[in-house]
Formats: sequence, C-alpha cells, structure tokens
Amino acid sequence: MSETTRFPPRDRDARVTGADFPERAAITRAAVGIGVYAGAFGVTFGAIAIASGLTVFQALLMSVVAYTGASQFAFVGVIAAGGSPLAGLSAALLLGTRNMFYGVPVTQVVQPRGLQRLWTAHFVIDETTAMAVAQRDSRAGRYAFWATGVSLYSLWTVGTLAGALIGSGINTAAFGLSAAAPAIFLALLWPQLSRDGAATVAIVAALVTLVLIPLTPPGVPILAAAVVAVVVGATPSRSPRVQEAS
Amino acid sequence: MMSLWIMVVLTSLGSYGLKLAGVSLPRSVLNHPRVQRTAYLLPPAMLAALIMTGLVDANGHYGVDWPVLAGVGAGAIAMRFKASLVTVFIVAIVACAVLQLIV
Repeated sequence: MSETTRFPPRDRDARVTGADFPERAAITRAAVGIGVYAGAFGVTFGAIAIASGLTVFQALLMSVVAYTGASQFAFVGVIAAGGSPLAGLSAALLLGTRNMFYGVPVTQVVQPRGLQRLWTAHFVIDETTAMAVAQRDSRAGRYAFWATGVSLYSLWTVGTLAGALIGSGINTAAFGLSAAAPAIFLALLWPQLSRDGAATVAIVAALVTLVLIPLTPPGVPILAAAVVAVVVGATPSRSPRVQEAS
Repeated sequence: MMSLWIMVVLTSLGSYGLKLAGVSLPRSVLNHPRVQRTAYLLPPAMLAALIMTGLVDANGHYGVDWPVLAGVGAGAIAMRFKASLVTVFIVAIVACAVLQLIV
C-alpha cells in the first residue's frame, strides 16, 4: 500500500494533487506477470535460435537490441526452415512494422521529448502499448508503460540467455519445442482475427503460402503473405472505418 | 557464417529503427487510413504464413511433422477454452513432446 492513506473516495484528484495513484500496485503486479511469461518465451526463443544455427551471442543480441518477440521468432523460423538470412530479415521487419504504428498511441501517453524518444522507442512493443493505453490517465499509463517495459525486457533477455545456453548443451528438439513457435504464432494471431478483414487476409495469406512452398525458395512464401496484406490494405475500404480515439 | 551475422545485426537495428520511426514521425504520416489498414493487416497475414510454413514446409516441399501438428492442434483447443498464452504454449509443447516419445 501507498503511504498516502487519504484518497478521496472517487480518487478524482489524485493526479492533480500529485498523490500516488491507486492503480500502482495492480499495474506492478500485471507488469511482473507479463515479465514472467516473457521469461518463459525468452527461454524458448533462446533454445530455438540455437537449434536454428544462431550462436548464443547472436540470440542474445537480438533480444537485447531487436526486443520484439514475434519478429525474432519469425527470423529464426525462416532460418530454421532453410530460408536465406535475407528472407528472415524481411519477414522480421514486415512483422515489426506494427511497432512503428504503436508509436502513435504510446507517444500520446508517455510524451517523450527530444532524446527521450531514443530510449522510449526501444520499449514500444505489443505488451507495453496495451498496458499504457489501458490506463485511465496518462500518469498511470506512463507508469504502466515503463513498469511493463522494464520487467519484460529484463526477463526476456535473461530468459533468452538461459534458453540459448540450455539449447547449446542439449538437443531441445526432443522436448516438443518444434511446436512452440507455430503455437505462439497461432496464439498471437487468434485475437487479431476479429479485426475488420483480418480473417479473410489470414486465410488468403495461408493459402498463398501453401501454394508457394514447393514453388519458391524458402522465405518467399512468407513474404508473399505480406503482399496480400498490402494489396488488401491499400484498396479503399467500402465500409466506413471506425477510428479509434486519436 | 558472415551473412547470418549481417542479417542478425540488420534485423536487430531495423526492429529498433521501426520503433524509433514510430515515436518520431509526424502523426499525419502514420494516421493515413490506408497506411494504418495495411499495418493492421500485416501481422495476421504474416502470422498465418508463419504457421503454415511451420506446419507443412519441409525445406521447400510438403512434409508434415505429425507430433508438431498435433501439438499445435492441442494448443488451438486450449485456446478455444480461453486458456492464457502461457497455457496454450505449455499444452502445445507437452503434447508434441509426448507424441515424439510415442511415435
């Protein structure tokens, strides 16, 4: 609990008076919880990266600098499937473009100025964006962003190192890890299917990929899926778009 | 392998660069409806493609690793029951590992 014990009942004034905000403990708990699951995925990423042919240092470098799970899994997935590192790069960056668009809501909440943008940017990922925009005011939002970002980043990198070291010592293919990456992709895809047009795009992308697998070099089928998204996305929508609060 | 090193570094820096662009670019650029729509559709398309290659791509020809397929299927069933991401993940790898032992 906070040392400030005299919150007004509706707590309307907390941000005005500079008193500690009541959601702090709940946000901290959620941030630690997200960090723990990120640690588990970090271990998986480390192990899969090693199995795909990366070194321990390369796996760790990706988690420290790239710090965006889905792209990292995509990169090692393409490499593991025999795709060229260039195809891996393209898949990772196409998947990473969503982080660029998270910058819009995040800057509204966090309001980084000048050089602050340099380190704020590093923490803009799915989880931190979701936590930041879910809060009632920007004070709680800023705290949620940083608490989630720091918790997730530290456990993700530590997990990656642990997984990479484990993966270097034993053959992790026997531990069901080959199912981990597609299962994670499926779990990430699922909630996105409710977006306007997303289910159709996902199905078409999957079919295009399926057809191209024996016809093109590895990695190309995944890039073709991006073309599907770009073609559909750039085509004017007939249904009126419901803009989220801007 | 040199090209792998280069791509690891480029992927890492590129991922950060995209984030930095997101917090630095003028809002009008990123708020363009068609740009936004494309950005929202890219992840589902890429993820669907990654799942497909993960399940049926055996180095450029069709090949299904049955324990992997069953593991992902078990994860999907867990997801139907609104299991958390971690549960889905654990169910998938445990199912896959058990089948790998049996088969």
